[in-house]
Amino acid sequence: MINRSAFTRKIWGIAAVVLVFVATFLATIPALAEETGEATVDSDMWFRVLTLADYNTRVVVAGTGLLGLAAGLVGSFALLRRRALMGDALSHATLPGIGLAFMFATVMGWDGKSLVVLLTGAALSGVLGTLAIVGINALPRIKEDTSLGIVLSVFFGAGIAIMVVAQQMSTGHAAGLESFIYGKTASMLSRDSWLIGATGLFVSLVGLSVFKELKLLCFDEAFTQSLGYSRHLLDLVLMAMIVLVTIIGLQAVGLILMIALLVIPPAAARFWTENMERMSLVAALIGSAAAICGSAASAIFPQLPSGATIVLVCSSFFLISMFFGSRRGTVFRFFRRLALQRRVGRQHLLRALYEQQELQEERGSKLAEQAIPFNNLLKMRSWSPAQLRREIRRAVNDQEVLEFPDQTLRLTAAGMVNAKQLARDHRLWELYLITHADIAASKVDQDADMIEHVLEPATIAKLEQLLAQEELMALPPSPHPLGEAKK
Amino acid sequence: MNWLIVDWYWPLDGWIVVAGILCAVSAALLGNFLVLRKMSLLGDAISHAVLPGLAVAFLVTGSRNSLPMFVGAVVVGILTALFTQWIRSAGNVDEGASMGVVFTTLFALGLILIVQTADRVDLDPGCVLYGAIEFTPLDVIDLWGLAVPRVIITLSIVLLINLLFVVGLFKELRIASFDPELATALGFRASIIHYLLMTLVAVTAVAAFESVGNILVVAMFVVPPAAALMITDRLGRMVVYSAIIAAVGAASGHVMAISVPAWFGFRSTSTAGMMSVSVGLLFLMAALVGPKHGVVVTWARRWLTSWRILSEDIVAFLFRQEERSTNVAADLKSICSSLMVPAWKARVALWREARRGTIIKSAEGTFRLTPAGTRKAQELVRSHRLWESYLVQELALTSDRIHDKAERLEHFTNKDLRTRLSDAVTASEDPHGSPIPPEAQ
Repeated sequence: MINRSAFTRKIWGIAAVVLVFVATFLATIPALAEETGEATVDSDMWFRVLTLADYNTRVVVAGTGLLGLAAGLVGSFALLRRRALMGDALSHATLPGIGLAFMFATVMGWDGKSLVVLLTGAALSGVLGTLAIVGINALPRIKEDTSLGIVLSVFFGAGIAIMVVAQQMSTGHAAGLESFIYGKTASMLSRDSWLIGATGLFVSLVGLSVFKELKLLCFDEAFTQSLGYSRHLLDLVLMAMIVLVTIIGLQAVGLILMIALLVIPPAAARFWTENMERMSLVAALIGSAAAICGSAASAIFPQLPSGATIVLVCSSFFLISMFFGSRRGTVFRFFRRLALQRRVGRQHLLRALYEQQELQEERGSKLAEQAIPFNNLLKMRSWSPAQLRREIRRAVNDQEVLEFPDQTLRLTAAGMVNAKQLARDHRLWELYLITHADIAASKVDQDADMIEHVLEPATIAKLEQLLAQEELMALPPSPHPLGEAKK
Repeated sequence: MNWLIVDWYWPLDGWIVVAGILCAVSAALLGNFLVLRKMSLLGDAISHAVLPGLAVAFLVTGSRNSLPMFVGAVVVGILTALFTQWIRSAGNVDEGASMGVVFTTLFALGLILIVQTADRVDLDPGCVLYGAIEFTPLDVIDLWGLAVPRVIITLSIVLLINLLFVVGLFKELRIASFDPELATALGFRASIIHYLLMTLVAVTAVAAFESVGNILVVAMFVVPPAAALMITDRLGRMVVYSAIIAAVGAASGHVMAISVPAWFGFRSTSTAGMMSVSVGLLFLMAALVGPKHGVVVTWARRWLTSWRILSEDIVAFLFRQEERSTNVAADLKSICSSLMVPAWKARVALWREARRGTIIKSAEGTFRLTPAGTRKAQELVRSHRLWESYLVQELALTSDRIHDKAERLEHFTNKDLRTRLSDAVTASEDPHGSPIPPEAQ
């Protein structure tokens, strides 16, 4: 029924994930403590950052917050479109553009490191990468992940080659270009923050205005087209938004870590809701909260790179969601599964007892009064003695079963009523399978076993109607011989 | 080589090319199966994720000895694959998303660890990202009296292991890649093959990234297999082709790294970067002119077919005109308007058919079929009407819906098929009342 071993394996797996995270966090703490000691971070500093006393902090926090908001929103679409790593590919694809823009500006005698120049280069190269992805996707037999991988590696390789050449230029220092890879929010100028914030806001507004169309695209591509929307156009709009968010995010969180803001908040939001609107809302909130916390932490501890800090805050949110998410969180699902397991176990026990009693009645009225031996029950299903004892203990507590010292059992009056009802549901379904689905009588037991636990009263009523025969309204006899489980 | 590049120096550049080829081929061999399993980005994910493994290995052992570093990185690389699997099943998100969550988190952790220990360690994140294939020849080991770079030995071992894995378990890999359920039914665990593959991917990525930089290995995991996929349909050939493409890409990449910047007056550039660019160009070439699925080839095939269909349509049109009334001949205008083609296309097709001797142009500008043209047209019209009768008779289609289908099928019907159709069809006229012409003699 329920695959216990696979489930336990998964639990162990998740435990291992947590363990590694915790271990690495612990490993950072001594280093952190040392740094903070040297940097003399006092409570005043904390206070100033947390109350946004400095103009610079305020601007930086607002800018990255809006960036996180936009990334969460756009990322939700990308995730549902199964293109979560699009941001990864496109952020790598911007590198050649950055290098070429720097070289071009330097040759023309402009400031090679001005944000406008670099972002223009990044945008152009990102658009080229987008077109390349669309083009490679159109080839036969190349899957989406492959086209992302090709664009990512080839563009990034070209970018590195160009960067090496750019560093050989005699004028203009290419050295600072690395901040595009690691991100330095703390040293971000307020002018840059405004640009990032405004673009983040713009992307969010665009995302909201085409929300309905993109939602349609994510869930039913064919229907989208039949409604007259162009799939390619919508895809391009989505990718354009990703490119925009990515290139403005480069400065704040860095080339490689920008992807985290696009992927992690939506993935975390999946654990909380099944509703698209709510999911993108949760993702946007997680994204902006992580961006704000991360950049604030980076402002307090100058040694913490802002990009990495933002990502780690994001990952913590993800871990929390993975465990305690109200919809798919592991803890939530664990308890739901446990409850189901208990219900199924109780129903199995009651029905087994009832069927044993029925069997004894058939054999002779004298036997009918006797209690059922434990060993007879054990042979009914493929349960282990320990499992069966656990079920019996629970049933005894619920006063549905009486246990006698000589290892025999009997249903109580209340247990009898419930067991009869369960056996009836089971047999109704069996009869339905035999009469309406043409399944052999020897096969129906297992099929009915799967479904009997989730039969609702309405379904039972329908079954009764379908099998409307007078004698069935009472408990029908089992259509197959009762007894030992087929192993 | 000196005719192409001035700065070529065999003892250095030779080893660099060999290291590049070894790394590229090892990655490409495994990459075939990653591409087929839609996990192309795993190489990228692992290359970023190993950072904390390196940092922790350093923190634990306190040395920059390469063995602990290697082990730490491989362990984290395997963990990346495992975590990706678990998060995917727990969160019900696709492979890409769970990969993204895992590797960005690990990378961020690694970055913080490295920054925090930066005072004491000389672990350069730049080195982590770009590697340094150019330094390959500097670190040599004496091997039977021959000075061989250490990197070459490491990469040769990796290549050998990967080669043994792919060749030895080829059958299992093939089944596990295309049909994991069948693999389980056949009695071997597809998941074991999967984790073995993941482990080797991690080992290869780490070994390559330590020696030649990770961008090269990320590119080689994806691009050569994708290029091979454009060339062939068979898995065995795909593996061989991908290895060849990877080797050619690596060798030409180093040549490009030295020669291309020189054209613009710069010194040589990153070899790893240029190797991925060059293999990207090879992919572009395969995508364009691949014999089966290449864009140019497909396009040319379609173009030729469309011309053939046009000339066949013209011949069939003339046949039908002559069939209706023998003295009305068709001119260019009536051909264009009834076949709905621009005049230039009709002219080209008519000229082609005239050269083949199926059509004669009269002095008044009308066109007539020659005896050869009549035979050709008769076959087409016979195919068309046979199909129409067949569709009505066997598929019970109404007579207003059959013309378009027959119009398409007539161009792809040969004599054998016509014989079988005429055996099946009982009527001597098509559903519109026109006679089905006999097979041309």
